[in-house]
Amino acid sequence: MSTVAPPPQESSDSAEVPELKVVTDATCTFCGCVCDDMELTVEGNKIKKAKNACVLGKAWFLNHHIEDRPEAIIEGQPASYEQAIERAAEILSNAIYPITYGLSDTTCEAQRVAVAISDWIGGCVDTTTSVCHGPSGIAFQEVGEVTCTLGEIKNRADYIVFWGGNPAESHPRHFTRYSLMPKGQFLPNGRKDRTAVLIDVRKTKSAKAADIHLQVKPRSDFELAWAMRAIAKGVDVDTAMIEEKTGISLERLTEVVEGMKAAKFGVILFGMGLTMTRGKHLNSEAVLSLARDLNKYTRWTAKPMRGHGNVTGADNVVTWQTGYPFGIHLGRGYPRFNPGEWTSSDLLARGEADAALIIASDPMSNFSQPARDHLAKINSVVLDPKLSETAKVATVAFTTSTYGINTTGTVYRMDDVPIPLRPAFDSPYKSDYEILKAIEKRIREKQLNGGMSS
Amino acid sequence: MAETFILIPGRTSKQGVTLNEGKYTDGYLEEINTLQISPEDMERLQFENGDNIRMWNDFGEVVVPCKTSKVDELPPGMLFISYGDKSSRLMAGETHGTGMPDSKGMDVQIEKVSAPA
Repeated sequence: MSTVAPPPQESSDSAEVPELKVVTDATCTFCGCVCDDMELTVEGNKIKKAKNACVLGKAWFLNHHIEDRPEAIIEGQPASYEQAIERAAEILSNAIYPITYGLSDTTCEAQRVAVAISDWIGGCVDTTTSVCHGPSGIAFQEVGEVTCTLGEIKNRADYIVFWGGNPAESHPRHFTRYSLMPKGQFLPNGRKDRTAVLIDVRKTKSAKAADIHLQVKPRSDFELAWAMRAIAKGVDVDTAMIEEKTGISLERLTEVVEGMKAAKFGVILFGMGLTMTRGKHLNSEAVLSLARDLNKYTRWTAKPMRGHGNVTGADNVVTWQTGYPFGIHLGRGYPRFNPGEWTSSDLLARGEADAALIIASDPMSNFSQPARDHLAKINSVVLDPKLSETAKVATVAFTTSTYGINTTGTVYRMDDVPIPLRPAFDSPYKSDYEILKAIEKRIREKQLNGGMSS
Repeated sequence: MAETFILIPGRTSKQGVTLNEGKYTDGYLEEINTLQISPEDMERLQFENGDNIRMWNDFGEVVVPCKTSKVDELPPGMLFISYGDKSSRLMAGETHGTGMPDSKGMDVQIEKVSAPA
């Protein structure tokens, strides 16, 4: 851990003064930017200051105190970790069609154990990616991804297209640290050397930061991307139809496409305006194809803007373990991938799953009503640092420490760069990794020794 | 008389901040339970800030207070709500083979009602 000497204390009575320390180069895990230049002032078990953090990062660091909650709850009653681990192992071992879900707000080390548990019990493993950039994951398999790191964007990108997202509010430091504002190796004047376009149905705060805002009509991103592909290739297009469908004139669109072709290094950073809207993976596919096409003229890349702090890690870990990023069935002893069949929202909405292991996620607050109704009926094991609607309906709910604040480990930034965590203070609660390892161990004992501890 | 609109649930910085303060805080609940409507539609429909609006589609129904969106942020015919419990109640269970329910750009109908749900 990178720590520096604490500031001098006015009082000499150290017994009554909480330990004060400064943690440098700490990592914020609230959003996919995973900014690793935090300077945290920590007093006892509270973070008092989070220098360099954005408004979301400050809220993340300053509000994760140690809460006075039982370490575990079984069917609404406080329980010990040992009792809860035993019950969790029993539920998961006895299930016929269990799902593992969540995983985007925990460490890669914990994710790896969750995949192992899913494999041992022959269940499905899925992450919040399936209701985030899952459609982009499908699109990657169809057309590939011309990719880059945020460092390349900072140092090289002179033309940036933000599409279907509002980073000014969802990723506040993206503009200043990675994309729009910073001076880079080949962009000595920073913002002045870059052209920024926002494509979005709303005139959001991000529109104010862009040079050009293309206010596309809702549910027309697919048509817009294909029109841009055609314009880039010099294909004749129906001027009236493009304007009627997308709300953007051919003249305006041609101006943007010509600007993109004239750039030295371009990037399309796309959000869930594409993946959550009708068309989904076809929208992502169109945008990825546009970036690929533009490489005929100059260098272009495309990256999804990822939300949760380690959702990119979830994709990486699950992929290196199973070969697929989400929506995986392990019941036959080998991995099979089929979004729509083995994705959690579908498995629950169709009433198929008979048990759930949910790590650091709250599907009872953001899944469809049929999915919520079924999740509330089945046995579930939930790991979360805070109380949630999902924890409330869980058969077994564990209170956990918070990754990046209390526990170390590895997370992946949205550009697939792994970054270590430097925790600020200890928690009395166990980490996701520790709890999952204990559940895995108990499941294996049941499978190998008929339930006897080894 | 109910009208059809296009609903765009999305993230806001206030939602992100209050989420960290707690999902059961007044700030978070207010943020995810408030429907934003364009100034033009608010005037045309004679809605006032704080009016309770019933919003529904084939998959669900919610009642939420409304407020006027910032000038120019929303075009007429479009609604915005912070992504969360209420917006998700209007999603279908069907994902059309993708794993992703239609979560943005949903057709919804709205009308003013006298009392909250």
